[in-house]
Amino acid sequence: MADERRPKQCSLVLPTESMKVMAESVGVGQLQEECCVALSEEVSYRIKEIAQDALKFMHHGKRRKLTTNDIDHALKLKNVEPLYGFQSQEFIPFRFASGGGRELHFYEEKEVDLSDIINTPLPRVPLDVSLKVSKEQQKVESTEPLKAVKPGQEEEGPVQGKGQGVTSAESKGKEKSISRLKPRSTHELSVEQQLYYKEITEACVGSCEAKRAEALQSIATDPGLYQMLPRFSTFISEGVRVNVVQNNLALLIYLMRMVKALMDNPTLYLEKYLHELIPAVVTCIVSKQLCLRPDMDNHWALRDFAARLMAQICKTFSTTNNNIQSRITKTFTKSLLDDKTQWTTRYGSIAGLAELGPDVIKTLILPRLSIEGARIKAVVEGPVISNIDKIGADHVQSLLLKHCASVIAKTRPLPDNVDQYRADYGYLGSMLCSHVVKARAQAALQAQQVNRTTLTITQPRPTLTLSQGVSTGSGPRTPNIIKVPSSLTLPVQTLVSTRPVTPAQPSPPATKYIVMSTSTAAATSPQVISLTSSRSSSPITSTAPSSTSTLQPLVKVEHTGQSVTTPGAGGSRTLQKYIVVSLPSAVSSEVKASSLSSPSTAVDSTVKADRTELPGASTHSSH
Amino acid sequence: MAAVQDAPVEADNEKEIKTETLNDAAGNHASAAGGVIPSPPVASTSSSGPAKAGGPGSEEQQTLMAVLQFLKKNNFVGAVDVLRREAGILEDSDESQGQELAASALGGAEAGDATCTLSRASSCTTSTPAVAAAPAKGARCAVVCVSAGGEDQPDVNVVLSAYSQQGDPALYQGYYSGLKKFVESVLDCHRAELSQLFYPLFVHMYLELVYNNHETEAKAFFEKFSGDQECYYQDDLRVLSGLTKKEHMKGNETLLDFRTSKFVLRISRDSYQLLKRHLQERQNNQIWNIIQEHLYIDIFDGMPRSKSQIDSMSGSLAGEAKREANKAKVFYGLLKEPEIDVPLDDEDEEGENEEGKPKKKKPKKDSMGSKSKKQDPNAPQQNRIPLPELKDSDKLDKIMYMKEATKRIRLGPESLPSICFYTFLNAYQGLTAVDFTDDSSLIAGGFADSTVRVWSVTPKKLRSVKSAADLNLIDKESDDVLERIMDEKSASESKILYGHSGPVYGVSFSPDRNYLLSCSEDGTVRLWSLQTFTCLVGYKGHNYPVWDTQFSPYGYYFISGGHDRVARLWATDHYQPLRMFAGHLADITCTQFHPNSNYVATGSADRTVRLWDILNGNCVRIFTGHKGPIHSLAFSPNGKYLASGATDGRVLLWDIGHGLMIGELKGHTDTVYSLKFSRDGEILASGSMDNTVRLWDSIKAFDDIETDDFTAATGHIHLPENSQELLLGTYMTKSTPVIHLHFTRRNLLLAAGAYNP
Repeated sequence: MADERRPKQCSLVLPTESMKVMAESVGVGQLQEECCVALSEEVSYRIKEIAQDALKFMHHGKRRKLTTNDIDHALKLKNVEPLYGFQSQEFIPFRFASGGGRELHFYEEKEVDLSDIINTPLPRVPLDVSLKVSKEQQKVESTEPLKAVKPGQEEEGPVQGKGQGVTSAESKGKEKSISRLKPRSTHELSVEQQLYYKEITEACVGSCEAKRAEALQSIATDPGLYQMLPRFSTFISEGVRVNVVQNNLALLIYLMRMVKALMDNPTLYLEKYLHELIPAVVTCIVSKQLCLRPDMDNHWALRDFAARLMAQICKTFSTTNNNIQSRITKTFTKSLLDDKTQWTTRYGSIAGLAELGPDVIKTLILPRLSIEGARIKAVVEGPVISNIDKIGADHVQSLLLKHCASVIAKTRPLPDNVDQYRADYGYLGSMLCSHVVKARAQAALQAQQVNRTTLTITQPRPTLTLSQGVSTGSGPRTPNIIKVPSSLTLPVQTLVSTRPVTPAQPSPPATKYIVMSTSTAAATSPQVISLTSSRSSSPITSTAPSSTSTLQPLVKVEHTGQSVTTPGAGGSRTLQKYIVVSLPSAVSSEVKASSLSSPSTAVDSTVKADRTELPGASTHSSH
Repeated sequence: MAAVQDAPVEADNEKEIKTETLNDAAGNHASAAGGVIPSPPVASTSSSGPAKAGGPGSEEQQTLMAVLQFLKKNNFVGAVDVLRREAGILEDSDESQGQELAASALGGAEAGDATCTLSRASSCTTSTPAVAAAPAKGARCAVVCVSAGGEDQPDVNVVLSAYSQQGDPALYQGYYSGLKKFVESVLDCHRAELSQLFYPLFVHMYLELVYNNHETEAKAFFEKFSGDQECYYQDDLRVLSGLTKKEHMKGNETLLDFRTSKFVLRISRDSYQLLKRHLQERQNNQIWNIIQEHLYIDIFDGMPRSKSQIDSMSGSLAGEAKREANKAKVFYGLLKEPEIDVPLDDEDEEGENEEGKPKKKKPKKDSMGSKSKKQDPNAPQQNRIPLPELKDSDKLDKIMYMKEATKRIRLGPESLPSICFYTFLNAYQGLTAVDFTDDSSLIAGGFADSTVRVWSVTPKKLRSVKSAADLNLIDKESDDVLERIMDEKSASESKILYGHSGPVYGVSFSPDRNYLLSCSEDGTVRLWSLQTFTCLVGYKGHNYPVWDTQFSPYGYYFISGGHDRVARLWATDHYQPLRMFAGHLADITCTQFHPNSNYVATGSADRTVRLWDILNGNCVRIFTGHKGPIHSLAFSPNGKYLASGATDGRVLLWDIGHGLMIGELKGHTDTVYSLKFSRDGEILASGSMDNTVRLWDSIKAFDDIETDDFTAATGHIHLPENSQELLLGTYMTKSTPVIHLHFTRRNLLLAAGAYNP
């Protein structure tokens, strides 16, 4: 009947010899055999009974191991005095001895000298009980106050974003059920993320320029790339390492553009990955050889671009703790000071230093001008050694002239005497002098031009008046404030497709524009456009406002039927209004509104139109 | 131990007890063992002597009984037998009733161990006054306890003497194997039902052999047939196997449980007739006598049950519950939440609260279906059990609760809860119990080194109130007086409470977070203040280890249960218990209040769960089916269902209203130490010694049954084998047994356990 055959119930009894030994130990000499049998049965039964009671205490103590304390408690239940002296936590093995026809199992108990115990230093106090929290996060949506318990796990948090479909969440749940507590370091990408990663990397290093532009665009704007960042970083550093050896200039350029795109993404914080990115970028600046035909290929452009990136990294991430800028400066200076450095490397280090700003140029490059001039002179005017050296010297010369001239123009007092220059700067002096003169003239010209352009720019800006109109017009009404959820940032990539790749100027602070379009005809969902015209140290996203500004992106929706008088484009029925709210932390938020009479469907064109105004807006705000 | 054959007791005295118990038998027995009048079905179907003997005691019979007692006392065994045969009395059939009553009321206190029984009896006496105040039945029960307890020693002999029937010991094996052959030869549909007989028959035959000093035959009998028994009786068999001498029987409580309570079997009428015919044909009186005396056969009309049906319900120490035991009406509905009209200090809060209220109720209604805005028909009257009035702070807490409830996450198979595990590190003292406050701000841990520790898991530190001298200096009129009375110097993340003198096996926070209860091996329950972090009261009543204690969801009342097999209901301001719930046949291992505070559930080492009515102390439900001691209980938030987990690693689900088992969740491989329903009841979480937390789809488990057309009349259900479908997730810990689970008000699952390297 039983489900399974069990081992026989144990009906062991203690041997009668044990009884005899125990009797002897308490001084009872001759114990009769019958007594022993009776005793042993009784004792066995009682021991079993006590053991069964002790099990109860083990269960309630939530343990698997029976301890001597459990036995003590079981004895207490029976009103028997507990056994003392069996508190040892460790396993005490039985020893075995035989002799005189008897076999004995016994504890080995050493005699202990009391003074030894007293004199030994006290053992360390055991650690006190403490609570540790570990979490099993099922889904991101289940936010709880306790979620903040472990802020160290940044990788766990932002799982939301693109590519995190329902199916992946489910599959993840199932994986988890197999091995629950995963180590912190591995972050498996969902299938969608893997696909995305593959597509992006292939496009970035592929041959199709259009695809590459799109991929870079995606990298620069997608808010959900955090999980892939380690992989991108490795991809870039490995890629640079391999392609420098193979002198594959094109690929190096592509990879640098990826770095640029990553830096442009306001939702990514690259600091954790700089240890991989900086060596890659520096390699592209100062490597001896970056291409197969150094005389033909324009690897100088790559060096310039990488140097600019480096400067950007320094500006964004350098702190007093990591000292990136000073370390980088030291590296460049060292190679510059070395006589044996190749022209290519020399060019790179000068470019790298020059990009770090006029102060660096002033302190580190200007004093070297005469030495470098002599070196260039030796190549240009001396016997022709190789074409490559000559080209290198030429480039270094023009680079020095370009950067130094502007600095000198600003710092040096006016009389531009050629002799004086030659005395100060050696071989390059005369050329510098002419460049400086040119630069001064241009600066004067530019000042005029700037004045004139501001005039022209203000002209196509009906914005100021409009925004006032809006604010006054919306006075009595309660403004319709919409909190923009992060999911709405999805159409970003499609909308902004041709943004400038590299702004040459030191960039203005990061700004974010949110454009709402409302057409009378179709109910269009609000579109959010995030335009980051530069890298930003504090990414301002719609979900996580930066630490300094607690501004939520505000979007005002204006219906076209409003009685706002719009100059210029009035009268059109399909009137669209775009209110752009910029959110720099420092500048007071500036409201721009442009009303365009355009077909309701042409969202793209309006966006473009909007962006054409961007420079104007930024110059305006920086005034 | 005490090997007393006969204790000198006056026959008169004995007789008095007998009459009293006889007169009272029906009612008292009902109150003690679960509201069932014993054995009418048996009596009606069996035509011979026992029927007469079982009837209400006539004058004549009582005289006979007295004579019998006298003879027995003087060891006139032959005379006793002759008289009995001539009088046609199966003496113990009625004696046993009386004894049974006393025994079950006392929870098997007749143990031969004199010291043991005395202490228990005295514990009963001390508590009598308190119980006497309680309504009739409980009080009567206690009185009987005392009288029976006082005359303990002879009764034990009487109980045991039931085994003194003289049969040829050599024939026992023949009897048993004869029955075995017969059962194997019957039709399949009857075989499973009749197989139920094997285990009780085996035990009683073995005990008879032992009692009559046929030691070798007993051993042979045991060895031959113990392998046939169902594996879930193994623990009891282990106890039996150690028992080889008549002397052992006196001190053994398991044995006494077996003897004093009839083993209940449910058998269909057809099967029963088959058995009866067989035994009559064979003139197999030995077995027939055992069936008459020691078994209660609950006969039902209809289809015989299948093996799986029987297996799902059997396993308890005393067989299945009688059907009548689960017929009483249980008001399992929830009490109406009090209307809260506390003026709120700022508008913002109020606005949130206004929209919070309907939101909170809505999901409940959706998920439970049966909730109406008015009084739930299944709910008890609001004042059936007097509940403490809400203080202002309670109302504020309720408002907080509602606010939190609006942010609660709807759980389900698609949205499982996040789990946050609190691991106790360096807990070499042995963590034995954990509790969370309802708002999840505090954690209490009980340790084997007798300490209780309280942690704050929020940034808010634990502060105690200033000393009395310092309190005098405080400006009592100031607005922030509540802040001023706190001693800033005492702020710390955790506090240690010293007071117990044995491992702390249970801790429970009061709902208002002002008090903490702890129970310990030292037999006391202690009430601690979380304002001063001192012990306020030590409740003494249990003389043996107290395994569990639990506060009522409304505060004020609490329940405790322990090794003495009695659960006690206390109020914090009474030093003696208000109610004593006796009936379990072994240790009470866990306790739980019903959400409406009108009932308590207790789980026991006798492998049953009982539900007790606080109002009158009656046992209103007995759930059998577990195969090991029960270590965790949880009510669903709507009060309709109960979940229980045991050492066998299974979780069973019960419908309280119908008194039925409705689900079995298999998956754990070790003791289930904690169970918890999510706040809306969609998910059942279970934590176990096997270092896992498992999540189960409780909605599906309940739905599957309700769509099934179960035969509520007979209570025989087909359990679907769907544990794997219901299992939503298994979460391993790193060698940390899960000993407590708690859902926050927003449905985040908190778990706790000690790291056990």
